[in-house]
Amino acid sequence: MGPDKNLLDRWRTTELLLLGGSAGSFKLLFQMVKLLPDDLDKTVIIVIHRKRNFFSEIAKLFAENTRISLREIEDKDVLKKNTIYIAPANYHTLIEKGGYFSLDVSEAVWYSKPSIDVTFESAAEVYHDRCMAILLSGANQDGADGMLKLRRHGAVTIAQHPEDAEMDEMPTAAINNGGARYILRTDEIFKLLHTQ
Amino acid sequence: MSDTSVVITSSQITELIDLVRRVHGFDFSGYTKASLKRRVVRIMQLKKMEFYDLKHILVNDQHFFQYFLEEITVNVTEMFRDPSFYKALSLQVMPYLSTYQHAKIWCAGCSTGEEVYSLAILLREAGLSKKSFIYGTDINTEVLREARKGIYSLRNIKSYAENYQFTGLKGSISDNFTILYDAASIHNELKQNTLFSVHNLVSDDVFNEFQLISCRNVFIYFETELQERILELFYKSLCPLGYLCLGSKETIRSEAFKRKFKVINHKENIYQKIGT
Repeated sequence: MGPDKNLLDRWRTTELLLLGGSAGSFKLLFQMVKLLPDDLDKTVIIVIHRKRNFFSEIAKLFAENTRISLREIEDKDVLKKNTIYIAPANYHTLIEKGGYFSLDVSEAVWYSKPSIDVTFESAAEVYHDRCMAILLSGANQDGADGMLKLRRHGAVTIAQHPEDAEMDEMPTAAINNGGARYILRTDEIFKLLHTQ
Repeated sequence: MSDTSVVITSSQITELIDLVRRVHGFDFSGYTKASLKRRVVRIMQLKKMEFYDLKHILVNDQHFFQYFLEEITVNVTEMFRDPSFYKALSLQVMPYLSTYQHAKIWCAGCSTGEEVYSLAILLREAGLSKKSFIYGTDINTEVLREARKGIYSLRNIKSYAENYQFTGLKGSISDNFTILYDAASIHNELKQNTLFSVHNLVSDDVFNEFQLISCRNVFIYFETELQERILELFYKSLCPLGYLCLGSKETIRSEAFKRKFKVINHKENIYQKIGT
């Protein structure tokens, strides 16, 4: 069964796509990025938990999977369409009303920096119902508060089905607090993102 | 975990900025709003306050304002945060600093002093302890008191040990501390050539001439216009060919200042003053 019509309509018109993941979501995120249409008329922000001194070249690895322009966020970068942004390690990423990012080094949230909650909550205040968020596998509860706030601001919020998540705690938290408007199977998420 | 019920509006933030400026003389209008708002909401959650209560206590209680200042300005810092930056500094900047009779360094927005002492260790390893002096400044008197003490929790030092390892410096970070129970106290030799004092980047002016200014992860809290005003302050505070270090995600974007600073290390955002 494909995604429902209302969800498809919202996907087509959404301006911002937020993807949040932690343990067990790396591979998924690579696959999702690969599925996004090249001429995507949206801004994409990916927040993934990782270690502070993990000198990986995540941005490079993502870039190999897509033709869409991709960069790790630097302070005061302007949010552009048809661009994928990766939240940098050891900073929180916030969105300002003027349509640009600001970074923050304050305390970790749920032991995480970047925190998914921080980015999702600030996206809610700027994008309201013009955004969609997907929360994937993870072993803590980061993202659930952010999803709830997004939903209250009219955004579309999707949690990966806990049975499909390698670590189900993160999507489960967003379902239990009412943050998730939709619960989708992994292949349903893939189908949705692949839709023009 | 945040209490999602605390909500404040952008106009309330503006109201608060005005109030703090009038009553306490601190101007936060050039600070980035999303972050500022998040800090204010955090205070309201921690103190279980409504917006009106917050305004009330800010006017009536000087002690509370000190607390407010500490919470509003982010004071999270690490020793040797971004080890690759310190590596670049050793390789690309220390050799130049050694050519000066005396190297004066300004660590702007130094918080509790971790970066000042990281620089002190780096200078010592470059053989420059005797001829260098580090000024650490912040707007917050409480964090400066902590910085002067140079006493950190042992647990934190353990987490800085990993950073230290990646800098390529020899020995281990704990060689620089005297450890007593769960407190680690920085060696006196590293404190000797340091001075901590209050300076507000928003309102205070040039106070000395420096060979190197380090201001890392401070600009992220400022809007572009304020960043440029402070770049001008740094430019005026640097000697010819002096160095400016920003955080690894903070770049000089203004065309005017790109002409005034040469990029020494693109990835680490190390710049050198050119022109006069």
